[in-house]
Amino acid sequence: MSQSQAIIQAMSQVICEIIKPLALTIQGGVDKDGNPDDVLEIEIARGEIIGIVGPTGSGKSTLIADIEQFALGDTPSGRRILINGQAPAAELRSDPRKKLVAQLSQNMHFLADMSVGEFLRMHAKSRGKDPGLADKVIALANTLTGEPVNPAFQLTILSGGQSRALMVADIAVISDSPIVLIDEIENAGIKKQEALRLLSGEGKIVVVVTHDPMLALMASRRIVMKNGGMTKVISTNEDEQRVFKDIERVDGWLTALRETIRQGEVVA
Amino acid sequence: MKMVVVAGTPGSGKTSVLMHAVKDLVRAGHSPALVKIDCMWTEDDARFKRLQVPVAVGLSKDMCPDHYAIYNFDEMLEWAAAQGADILLNETAGLCLRCAPYPDKALAICVIDVTTGPNSPLKVGPLLTTADAAVMTKGDLVSQAEREVFRERILEANPGCRIIEANGLSGKGSAELAELMASWPDICGEMVLRHNPPLAICTLCTGELRVSKEHHRGVLRHLDGFMEYTGE
Repeated sequence: MSQSQAIIQAMSQVICEIIKPLALTIQGGVDKDGNPDDVLEIEIARGEIIGIVGPTGSGKSTLIADIEQFALGDTPSGRRILINGQAPAAELRSDPRKKLVAQLSQNMHFLADMSVGEFLRMHAKSRGKDPGLADKVIALANTLTGEPVNPAFQLTILSGGQSRALMVADIAVISDSPIVLIDEIENAGIKKQEALRLLSGEGKIVVVVTHDPMLALMASRRIVMKNGGMTKVISTNEDEQRVFKDIERVDGWLTALRETIRQGEVVA
Repeated sequence: MKMVVVAGTPGSGKTSVLMHAVKDLVRAGHSPALVKIDCMWTEDDARFKRLQVPVAVGLSKDMCPDHYAIYNFDEMLEWAAAQGADILLNETAGLCLRCAPYPDKALAICVIDVTTGPNSPLKVGPLLTTADAAVMTKGDLVSQAEREVFRERILEANPGCRIIEANGLSGKGSAELAELMASWPDICGEMVLRHNPPLAICTLCTGELRVSKEHHRGVLRHLDGFMEYTGE
């Protein structure tokens, strides 16, 4: 943790040209049958972590996609996404140098036939950042995953956990956008809370799709999805936060056990 | 009449992207007509016909499909005019990356599949480097970082080009593409290709089947890059 904190501190010194948005608004559209969303509008403020929950196929990834492309009523859901109360300009939707959104998707593997170092330098360039940040991404990724990633590795040989750790670190260091979208971090084989804390950074809006009780309770509010529609918004309360403390303890215990087994030791 | 040439490798999603764009064009009050060029066989016309717009198919058979398309542009334009269309959309066969059948006054679109890897924009050649717009497809199959690296590579190959991220399944990006098509100026006067097609004609073009070098004549390029003229 201390190593990753040090890297993040160094990162905060990097000048960010992007103007941080103050508020993200989701205006309701329709569910899979064309019935209007029960949630007509939700405004998410700077620094908030918001969850998206619901059974598989309930439209969680579709909602994330609406946010990612700043839907203007032009996607199948008909939802509209506003930044500071206004529809964002077209260049904010596409130019990576101006992009307000960083996304960690469910796709865990890289297809690019390049070395890790070369890929990260190219990505930094595409975001208008210093290619030297590649080394910092790798150092940070290695705090999240068991087997270290080496810059000379080909991307395509990385394990699922290594790929995910690299994607998380890449978002924290290179993409560094004020809105972060995360689709199901728990499938990753990496330290999930630490990853979420890294991604939420300072003053960012984080939207996280999750089935994981701990991640869901780390969010201050959560949007409940059903049949493609937004049915309600639940704010977490003191009872839930007491449960959260228990889950955190259990999770810490399981993580330690997992590590013991990974290291080839006997569980005492 | 506006003219749009949509090129790109087989399986890159030209037809799917185009189908969504046609729907958007019709919705905006335009009358597109479509010509699909292929080599031996196609069933894309059946897909396009479901959109209830005029569709024609050209099969190039023994002729190079891109040369065949270029040779028939006048006929395509006459046909589209007879159908009462205001935009001619031509989807190419998409085989060779070298030809780039783009007339200067048409809107030239190169459809390119993100899953082919970040080196592919550098391999594509005139098909991409002389296009007005590149449409990136299948972006949902890779991470955001990979999409952004791919985009950077397209801009290295063609710095001035407009990039549209599209999804042939969900229809993402088609509204932007249709808007670009509708805003393109009408064609007028004589059209010239943006890039010369490859050198012709060698003995293979005229039907030679024997492989051995001694049977070949024409402007020939050796594996080491040496070019020579062999013949009369």
